[in-house]
Amino acid sequence: MQATEPVDRPEFRPHRRWYRRPDVLVPMVLVTIGFSLLVGAGEVTGRYQSRFTAERDVVPDWEYLFHLIPQMLRGLFVTARATVLGFTIAVVLGFLMALARRSRLRVVSWPAVAIIEFIRSTPILVQLVFLQALTRATDVVSLSGVQILIVGLGVHYATYCSEGYRAGINSVVKGQWEAATALNLSPWIKWTRIIIPQAVPNTLPALGNYLIAGFKDAPIADAVVGVSGLLFFANTIRAEDFRPVEPYLLIGVGFLLVSLPAAWLVRRLERRLAYERI
Amino acid sequence: MRTNGSDGSADVSPKGAAAVRMRGVDKAFGDNVVLRELDLDVTPGERVVIIGPSGSGKTTILRLIMTLERPDSGTIEVGGKHLYHQEGPRGLRPAGEKHIREVRSDIGMVFQHFNLFPHMSSLENIMLAPVKVHGKSRDEARERGMELLEKVGLADHANHTPGELSGGQKQRVAIARALATEPAVMLFDEVTSALDPELVGEVLNVLRDIAEEGATTMMLVTHEMGFASEVADRVVMFDHGQILESGTPDQLLRDPQEQRTKDFLGAVFEH
Repeated sequence: MQATEPVDRPEFRPHRRWYRRPDVLVPMVLVTIGFSLLVGAGEVTGRYQSRFTAERDVVPDWEYLFHLIPQMLRGLFVTARATVLGFTIAVVLGFLMALARRSRLRVVSWPAVAIIEFIRSTPILVQLVFLQALTRATDVVSLSGVQILIVGLGVHYATYCSEGYRAGINSVVKGQWEAATALNLSPWIKWTRIIIPQAVPNTLPALGNYLIAGFKDAPIADAVVGVSGLLFFANTIRAEDFRPVEPYLLIGVGFLLVSLPAAWLVRRLERRLAYERI
Repeated sequence: MRTNGSDGSADVSPKGAAAVRMRGVDKAFGDNVVLRELDLDVTPGERVVIIGPSGSGKTTILRLIMTLERPDSGTIEVGGKHLYHQEGPRGLRPAGEKHIREVRSDIGMVFQHFNLFPHMSSLENIMLAPVKVHGKSRDEARERGMELLEKVGLADHANHTPGELSGGQKQRVAIARALATEPAVMLFDEVTSALDPELVGEVLNVLRDIAEEGATTMMLVTHEMGFASEVADRVVMFDHGQILESGTPDQLLRDPQEQRTKDFLGAVFEH
């Protein structure tokens, strides 16, 4: 054993993984805080009504439209909150579905495939109506309109998320799995240290897109199960004032207000994570 | 420990001495039979170079030992322990995952395409298994990792990620990573084949250093015949899933007995 000279060694600096980088972490924390604020604010109740009469011959009547904005925002809040809650279910349930589908036990994987494919290939409209029928016709489930929307969105988008996870996991090249075996890593270490850190950058943009798609699906519930969201707001105002143009214009604005920044965030995230894909 | 490797083509050494012992191993992918009734013994500390035409099943031997593929039949022992079987009351029975993991900890492998973890630095790649599998402290593993990086001449690249390294540097990190768990048997699967020609030398130098230390049993699949003749105790010529002939580099590379070996070596040395 020769005496080891104090060699000039560089200081140990762990590689900054994507989930430790501020440009990825800060938006994700902001989104999480936004989610919790929405959820924490609780449900809003109360009906929509206009307290202002529009000019009969002016379309659109801008003053009337501005007057409706607070109520539109209330509808937007209801829709956004239900979407966020439903999507939280989807992200967790989707992961479990992806794991079940990958299972080596056929008793687990075959039903998982059947359920995922069944839910994914039937319209969410039908699923919401079915949930409502279950609520009305049986004592097994008893859900309010918003709850139907949350559960419906959650289960429907869970199947999409599970496909997103699956694609992300499959994008981790074979050599990485083999290296994990060659180093004799336990399944837990293999998944948490090797597979998931590489799969997530390929999954996050897809999940973001599903969130936006889910948000755009949410008004279906306003129409069929009576959730007092954006579309319900517009329908109510139209029925009371016989003025369809202003409220429907406003819902368009409401959706753009959320969808555009969200889409921009997802694209940005996609770019920021791009170099992690090797 | 050096063996003279003069056992010719019989390829059977006395029981108890083998680092790797394969008996009657068959492997097919669909209709494509890759290994037929393969018997192969490697003694501890021996350096065996496996040569042969592509598609002859050389790489499959290493992959079976590393448990990346499962054999269709036959037995494989590593360090005297069955890899895929356990001793039961009624003879051998197929082993569970736990048993395979136990035996596998004696084996290390270096891949043609490096397979470094791209989201970790060189040093983190090397430290992962010692810390997470072998229960070393982070400080201990870091110290050992830096020693290994110095050994492969990359101490100043400890914090670089694989994306920032050249092919030769990646492969040297991959070798250091495999060495970090101190396996008794090291498998090298065409480790220079994916490299630019000018980078091959630096990787072979590292392999030479490991061979000179002589503590590790090495099985190498390679097309570098010069390197093979230099480090190998024994060269095994492989064709159609079977050992065609085997012997010391001098015997096999300079004076092959089989016509197919002559043809193969002729084709390789032409280039």
